Order: sequence, then structure tokens, then C-alpha cells
Amino acid sequence: MPTIRIDGVEYEMEAGKNLLESCLSLGLDLPYFCWHPAMGSVGACRQCAVVQYLTDEDEQSGRGRIVMGCMTPVTDGAIFSLDGDRAKGFRESVVESLMLNHPHDCPVCAEGGECHLQDMTVMVGHRDRVYRGQKNTHRNQYLGPLINHEMNRCITCYRCTRYYKDYAGGTDLAALASHDHVYFGRHQEGVLESEFAGNLVEVCPTGVFTDKTLVNDYTRKWDLQSAPSVCTGCAVGCNTVPGERYGRLKRVHNRFNAEVNGYFLCDRGRFGANFVNNDERLESPGLRNQTGSYDPVDHHHALQVMAEACSGARVAGIGSPRASVEANYLLRNLVGEDNFSPGFNDREHKLVNLALELQQASSAVTPDIRSIESADVILILGEDLTNTAPRLALALRQSVRNKAFEMAADLRLESWQDAAVRNLAQDQLSPLFIAATGSTRLADVAEENITLAPQNIARLGAAVAASISGHAGEDLEPEIAGHVEAISTALRAAKRPLIISGTSCGNAEVMQTAADVAEALCQSGQQTMLTLTVPEANSLGQAMLAGPDSPSLGKLAADGNFDVLVILENDLYHRAPEPEVERLLATADTVIVLDGLDNRTTSAASLVLPAASFAETEGTLVSLEGRAQRHYPVFAPKGERRPAWVWLLACSKELGLSTAADLHHFDDITRDCAANIADLAGITGAAPDHHFRNAGVKIPRQPHRYSGRTAMRADISVHEPKQPVDEESPLAFTMEGLNRSQPGSLLPFVWAPGWNSNQSLHRFQSEVGGPLRGGTAGMRLLGPGQAKESGPRENPPAFSPTQGQWQLVPRYRIFGSEELSALSLGVAELCEDGYIEIRADDALGLEVGEGDGLNLNDGLATLEVKINNSIAAGCIGYAAGHSGTANLTPGENISLQKAQGWKRRRPQLIGSDRSTEIGSGND
Amino acid sequence: MSEANSMNLISALSQEELQAIDAEIAHVPYRDAVAIDALKIVQAHRGWVSDESLSAIAAHLHMSADELDGIATFYNLIYRRPVGDKVILLCNSISCWIKGCDNLQQRITEELGVELGETTSDNRYTLLPVTCLGACDKAPVMMVGDELHEDLCEESIIRILGGSTTP
Ligand code: SF4
Ligand code: SF4
Ligand code: FES
Ligand code: FES
Repeated sequence: MPTIRIDGVEYEMEAGKNLLESCLSLGLDLPYFCWHPAMGSVGACRQCAVVQYLTDEDEQSGRGRIVMGCMTPVTDGAIFSLDGDRAKGFRESVVESLMLNHPHDCPVCAEGGECHLQDMTVMVGHRDRVYRGQKNTHRNQYLGPLINHEMNRCITCYRCTRYYKDYAGGTDLAALASHDHVYFGRHQEGVLESEFAGNLVEVCPTGVFTDKTLVNDYTRKWDLQSAPSVCTGCAVGCNTVPGERYGRLKRVHNRFNAEVNGYFLCDRGRFGANFVNNDERLESPGLRNQTGSYDPVDHHHALQVMAEACSGARVAGIGSPRASVEANYLLRNLVGEDNFSPGFNDREHKLVNLALELQQASSAVTPDIRSIESADVILILGEDLTNTAPRLALALRQSVRNKAFEMAADLRLESWQDAAVRNLAQDQLSPLFIAATGSTRLADVAEENITLAPQNIARLGAAVAASISGHAGEDLEPEIAGHVEAISTALRAAKRPLIISGTSCGNAEVMQTAADVAEALCQSGQQTMLTLTVPEANSLGQAMLAGPDSPSLGKLAADGNFDVLVILENDLYHRAPEPEVERLLATADTVIVLDGLDNRTTSAASLVLPAASFAETEGTLVSLEGRAQRHYPVFAPKGERRPAWVWLLACSKELGLSTAADLHHFDDITRDCAANIADLAGITGAAPDHHFRNAGVKIPRQPHRYSGRTAMRADISVHEPKQPVDEESPLAFTMEGLNRSQPGSLLPFVWAPGWNSNQSLHRFQSEVGGPLRGGTAGMRLLGPGQAKESGPRENPPAFSPTQGQWQLVPRYRIFGSEELSALSLGVAELCEDGYIEIRADDALGLEVGEGDGLNLNDGLATLEVKINNSIAAGCIGYAAGHSGTANLTPGENISLQKAQGWKRRRPQLIGSDRSTEIGSGND
Repeated sequence: MSEANSMNLISALSQEELQAIDAEIAHVPYRDAVAIDALKIVQAHRGWVSDESLSAIAAHLHMSADELDGIATFYNLIYRRPVGDKVILLCNSISCWIKGCDNLQQRITEELGVELGETTSDNRYTLLPVTCLGACDKAPVMMVGDELHEDLCEESIIRILGGSTTP
């Protein structure tokens, strides 16, 4: 370990790091702008300047040179000064020059109070402004409903384009113009295209890029009440910090978890939680009267009605993969194991359980995100990850750079030398192979993009597996055969191969063969990783709880004859075909629904109980990686809303169920579930229980500068109500307590003296970029499995298109395919209505064009046409999860007819319109 | 971008321009390496680079328009707005400044009725400043179109511009 001297003090440093990150890890304040722990150094802003001395004599005489901390490797015996007048003076003048054109508009800036520029300005001691010239001003751009642009605040650190282009692969944000006019924006105004654009809000150290939904409903960071939370947008389970004020969810920030999401979220996660404020949220329990409308009742009454209905009756329960383990567990106990459906539709039921089973039985490791980023050859079968498990796609964009890091290592170039490493590698990437039903959003970094029908993706997988284990493959279709050799050769040569598949293409064989490829690699002695995606935040937990033999929705409808149906946070009309749902609802006389938002299923209920959202309750969710994670209420639920677990526990007690006798706290449910469900035995380890205290005190949800608490409701009454008391967790709804070094699962926000922005995170990490000091949040429930003995599997049958029929393949969108995020402000603007994707030659044959309507199977659905030539021949894509598509089942063969009397939603553009559209930007 | 869409965009370029750009592409390992040359080619044909041309070049080089615009706007001699038939590049860097380029600029403004950055109403000239033309020993200097004019004085300026304004 190199020893260096800084201002006369010797420090042992970790080799291979730069001086800036080493200083920050030591807790020394060295200001910076352009360096970012996940993106490395380019030395652009000159803010991290220090003085380096060659010899002791130089140090004594003060004869050193200015170097950039972020560009200087720590080498044994190096001598630096951070605090010397020269270093300090230089850094102060850097801020002064960066601020020349800055408008000093902190009072109206959304970044104010959590601004890295403010922090650095104070840190370097720059106070008096001597510049009297005119400031440059810029015109801002409309960048869509999610991100606000205020270019005048820019200090040209280049973090935004480095993040957006280099890190996230976006192409529509650039540094424009030069010298005093540099402008960070788009060629023309418009919605930022990247699915990860929202991270600009946290990456930009100033108020140029800010969260538009926050700007429009503003609260300063110091006035936000926050709690550690988990994104419910998909099964990745990214860790988040939602912030609340006045009972409204104001924004979502990233919560660092080295193994799940690092520094970044996707835009569904960041902007898709706003449904919590939706006007359609249910306020109070509702009892349906004779006229079919609902009478509001209080919770006592509602509970009595529920208990009376359930008492002595045959009750079935439908759980939900978007509800917590605990709520589902209580419902299962309430109705009995045999009458509990996890709430999957039939296909989902089979696929999610298979995903679990395959991972449990695989010798391959289910990787965390750091391991994913270390993969050097990747095969994806059937997934458009950017739209199904978005954060993983961002990780893969880093994995393909391992080739660059290898090349750099050969030249002894540190990986944090970002510009140098990129320059060296140019367009060289580690191999990524994608076989999917159409083009995917990772196509630009893939070595091969292969488009096939699902059955043929499975055949490709099987052939690769056979080739790796040396079995002779059978005769393959030329569209498949041409790829097998390249893929298996690359995989065999890999040091850290990663195979990815999942439930999204709706085909079990695809997942199965992906697991076979991973197994074949393991058998040949390679350390292999296998990731299988599942649809929702707790899909895997639900499979662990209910198992493959539990009834799916269809099965429940088929054998059902119940008096009462209790449905937990599950809009069945969104999940299963309408006739099936109707049949299911008709099996029971009484339908009781617990949910947060009004939907078609709540409208079918005789009793509706308003459930707290993820932001108002605690819960455990199991991510696709098999990681159990706890989320906590950010604020107490309003009025008659209750967490689903509270409703269900109260009802169980009302019914006198023995299973509920010993359950009093949330923790009791978690513990009871862990004790009774083998696969979920580890969930108590997801977070400390409610007895935990941080050095004897609770953990505050409010920063110590939280202001105006006594005045918040003064317009209603000057008597301040008592703050809600949290008896269920170690967190408190107050400013009092200690937020430092506690377990990572309990970190409600980051702040440190002098570090008001999210950059204060490094004060909570064991070292810069490393895991949280209190430990990484979450508990892994999947270990490496034991492979079952199996000979070579029979090859799945090939896809054979039928004349006049097309196979339905689901296609996903980050905005629109997930139910709740689509109801969020801003995101809703970016969601489209359901549509069909069809090849141009098929469209020609059907005499339809873009924007026309297509009738599926004579009335199964009618959807708008989009032309997409990347769709596999013989298949048509549909916008999964979107309005009007619930009746469609993946893999189904359907006929198509042009819809008569279809009204176009948009006027049709013809060629000349298109060119005037382009030309109009010229003036 | 779909293939059809990108073909549609590229069609804004002439065959001649495309051929010239392709000839450059033949010399380099990456298509986008000819970005500057392609911009210069189109500018040589059209006098400036419109948004439409820029999108067309970008599509042809398999880059995004945003990326190419970053390059185009970096260079002050790639014109992203229409310019007159000839561009006057009047040097205002150190040597020319010492030798009185400010007065010369005023003279030009009086003569042509345009400030820096403006185009004469007959569209003959656009007046732009430039930072050093590499002819400091002959300061003050300016370029008019492709021609360099050295050791300028108020009279020679009128002669040069007047000369070229007379048909
Ligand atoms: S917009 Fe923000 S991130 Fe981009 S250069 Fe300016 S200050 Fe830096
Ligand atoms: S990747 Fe999934 S879990 Fe992560 S932020 Fe996006 S939607 Fe949420
Ligand atoms: S942080 Fe080191 S130069 Fe910008
Ligand atoms: S300063 Fe004018 S040519 Fe160099």
C-alpha cells in the first residue's frame, strides 16, 4: 500500500486510486465537479487542484506544482498540499471563474439547498464577486415532461454529456458550441430519448437539469421527509429515497446500494412513483349499495362487514406480485393455503415459478449488479431489458466496456482514466449477443442482434447449449444455424459469462434453454452467471410464498365456487383476459378488494378497503435477484387508508384466527412468515426489526433543518397535531435522532456537514464508490443451486407460421407497460395507447399503414398499427400492459383484418410534410 | 431511426455531395471520422449547413444529429445560418487589434451597413470576426471569400469591397 503525505500527515492509501477519491475516502474535503465515482476522471473542471512537491526540500520551500487530484494516481512517497495557500487560492479562483456567467438565482433554483455548486463555493471560501461584466444568457429547451432545463446555471463540467452519452448510451444530448457559448442540450427541442435521462438530475452538480415534477410541486430537500424505500416499478428492486411534504410524494432520489442499483435509477423508477398523489386514490372504505354506488364507511364498520362476510364462509384469496410478502402471507393465512392464489395469470404463473425453480436448480450464480458489470461475454435470450428490467440494461452498457478495461490494463492505464480508456478502445466492446422477437434498445452495443420467433430463440439457445457441451446439434434453420458457432465460441472463451433471459417473451422453453446454456458452461468448469427476469417487484417472493401448485387466476376461476373473494392489490382486468376475470368474479357472492387506486376490479367489489401505497407502509419485496428488501413508510397514510397488512391482520383477529393470535407488529408477521415458508426463511435479515436503535436513538426521517413543522397546518388550526408515532420500525417521523452509520437498509437520506447535495453519500460509504458503512441493504434468498442430473434435452420444436395467422409476441415499453407508474404525472404524458407492431410487408398485404386500426381475431382487440420491420417474420408485436391488450396472450396465433371505421389518433404525415417538419427548425 | 426514415432524411443531400462525402469515407476507419469534411462539403455546395442538411449528413454518417451538431457548432467556420455570397472574416486578434482593426470594422460597417454577424441586404456579404488568420506579419488582415487581403487600411478596404460590389 502506497504511503503518501498530505500537508505533513502520512496516510496509507489503496493502490490504483486517484488522489481525489482517496482524499474523500479519508474524509478530507477536496472540492470537485467533473469527477464522478461511477464515471471516473477527465480533469475538465480544474476544481480538485492540489500542490504536489517532488522532494521534501520543495515542500519546505513551497516549490511545487499544481496538479489535479482526480488525474493524479497515488504513488508511494508522493507529497501533496491541500491546505496550502497556493492550492486553496487556485481552487477559489476556479469557482470564481466558473461562476462568471452563473445567475446566482439560488432562491428560485430547484437545486438550492442540495446543490453541489453551492457546497463547493462555500468550501473554497469564494465570497466576493468582482466581475462586473455582462453575463451570458441562454435559451432553455423543452426536454419533455420529466426534466427541466435552465442552461444559465451551467458551469461546463461536462458531467451531463459524459453520463448521458458515454455512460448511458444516449445520443440526443450534446455539448454544443464552444468557449463562452458552450451549451448542453439537444439539437432541437424535444423529449430526451434515454430511459435513464432522469439521472441527470442527480449527476448535474448545478440546477441545469432538475426534476420537473418536483419543480412543479416544490419543496426544498431540507423540508422533505424521507424513508428508505424500494422501487416497485419492476423486479430489479432498485433502492430509492422518496421525499414527502404536506402528504404528497414530491420526488424520488436514488438510494445507493452497491449490489442493486449503485448510483442510478431508470426513469420509470424516478418518475413513476407519483401515482401515490393520483386523484383516483381511494380515501375511505366503500360499501356498495343497491344503486351500485358506494357509501363511505369508517374502518371499524368496514372491518365488521368483512369479518361477517368471511366468518364461516368459503373464502378464496387472490394475492398480488405487487403487494408485500407480509400482506400476501396474511391473506394466505386468512383464506387457507389451498384457497390462496398468488394472483398470477396462467402463463405468468407457470413462467415465474419456472424462473424460480431454474435459478434454485442451477449451478450458475444469480449475479448482483456489480457482478453483471464484470461480465465479459453476454447472451440475452428473448428480453428487451431496457424495457423489462431497465436498470440491468444500464449495467450491461458497462459490462460491454470490459474489453476497454482489459486493453487499458495491458497498458497499465487505470480504469478511472475515463477519456484515455475510451480513446484507446474506440468502438471495441465485449461481445453481447441478443436474440429477441424484434430489435431492442441495447442493439447499438450488441455484437449480434438476432431476430427470431420465441420458439426459435429457444432452438438457438438449445443449439448453443449443445455446442458448448459438445453434443452434435441437429439440423437447424439457416437463420439460427449461422449464429450458434460465434456465440458458443465466445461463451467458451469467456472468463465471466453471463446468460440472461426471463418471463417477458412469454415462452418457457426460452428460459429453460437459457438455463441449459448456463449449466453447460458450468459443467465445462466456467464461473457462470444466470439472470432471469420476472415481471413485478415481488413476483419472485410470490412464487416463493405460494409455489407452483397454488391456483393461478384461471385455475381459481375453473374450480371456484366460493362465497367470498378477497382480492389484494391486484387489478385483475389488467392482468387476465376479460372473460376469465368475469368468470372468476362470478364464482363468489361477495367480492372484497383492498387496493390503493380506483380501477375496474375495485369497481366490481361489494366492499372496497383503501390500502396504503408503498410510500405509506412497510413491506418486504423479493427482487428478481432473490434479494429480500424492506421498504418503509415515508409518511403516515391519510384518513381511513391503512396498510394492507393492517387491514388483513385486523380482520384475522376479528375472526379469531389462531394464526394471527401472536401477531401484533409488522415484524411478527415477517418472522412468522420466515418460520413457516422455507424459501422465505431469510426475509427477517432484510432489515433490523423495530427494536433497533442507532446509538440508543431512533433514525429521523426529517433532516435537522426541517422547517415550518408547527406552521404546516396553521391555515386549518393553530394547534399543531402530534407527529405520528412509528411503532413498527426504527425510524421516526421527526428530526430528532441519529442518521449515521446505521445499516444500509435504514438510510433515509444523505447529508453531512458541508455536503448538502447527494454527493454527501461518500460520507456514508466505507470508501468512495464502495458499499455503505452500515452494510449493504437486503438479504439474498437464492444461493448457488445443485444442478439436477439431466441428459441432453430434446430440441424445442421450430416455429412454423400458418398462412393468414400471426403469432403474438409481447413488446414492452418502460413507460406504459407497468400499470401504476403509467398513472404518474409526467410519465402518463409519455405513455401511448395500446398498439400492434407489424412488418411493412405484412401491412402491405393487409392494406393497412401506420396509424390505421387492426382487428385481432374478429374482435379480441382492435389496436393501432405501427410499422416495425424488426419484428420476427410470422409474428406481430403488441404493447404489453397497455390499454386494450389485456385480452392478448403471448404465443397465441391470431388472424388480422383491417379495422373499418377506425379513427386515426394523429394526422398522417407524408414525405413532404416530413421535410417541412425538419425544415421548420431553420429560422 | 428506421431505415426508411433515415433514407428520407439523406435524400436532402445531392448526389454530388454524397459522392464527395463517400470519397472521404473511403479513407477512414470510422464513418463519423469524416464529420468535419462532410460539413465542409455541404457548406461548399450550399454556402451554409441547414438543420435539414445537418440531419441528412448525420443519417448518412450513422450519427445522431445532436452529436453532429456538437461538432458543427464547435467550429465558427461551419455556418449554421445562411450567409451572403461572400463571407468577410475580419481578424480581431492581438496583432490586428494593435494595428487598428476596430477602426476598420467601423469603416466596413459604414460602407456596407452591417454589424458583425450580419448580412448585407443584397446578400453579397456577411461580416464576421475571426481570431487570427495566421498572417500577423501583414496585420491588419481580412479574408473576403477565399482571398486574403493584407496590410489593410481604410482606403484599401473600400477598394476591395467597393471593387467587388461593382458589377
Ligand atoms: S449542465 Fe450541469 S452537468 Fe452539464 S456541464 Fe453544465 S453544470 Fe455540468
Ligand atoms: S430498474 Fe426497475 S426497480 Fe430499478 S428504478 Fe427502474 S423500474 Fe425501478
Ligand atoms: S474534478 Fe478534478 S478536474 Fe474536475
Ligand atoms: S492577429 Fe490577425 S492574423 Fe494573427
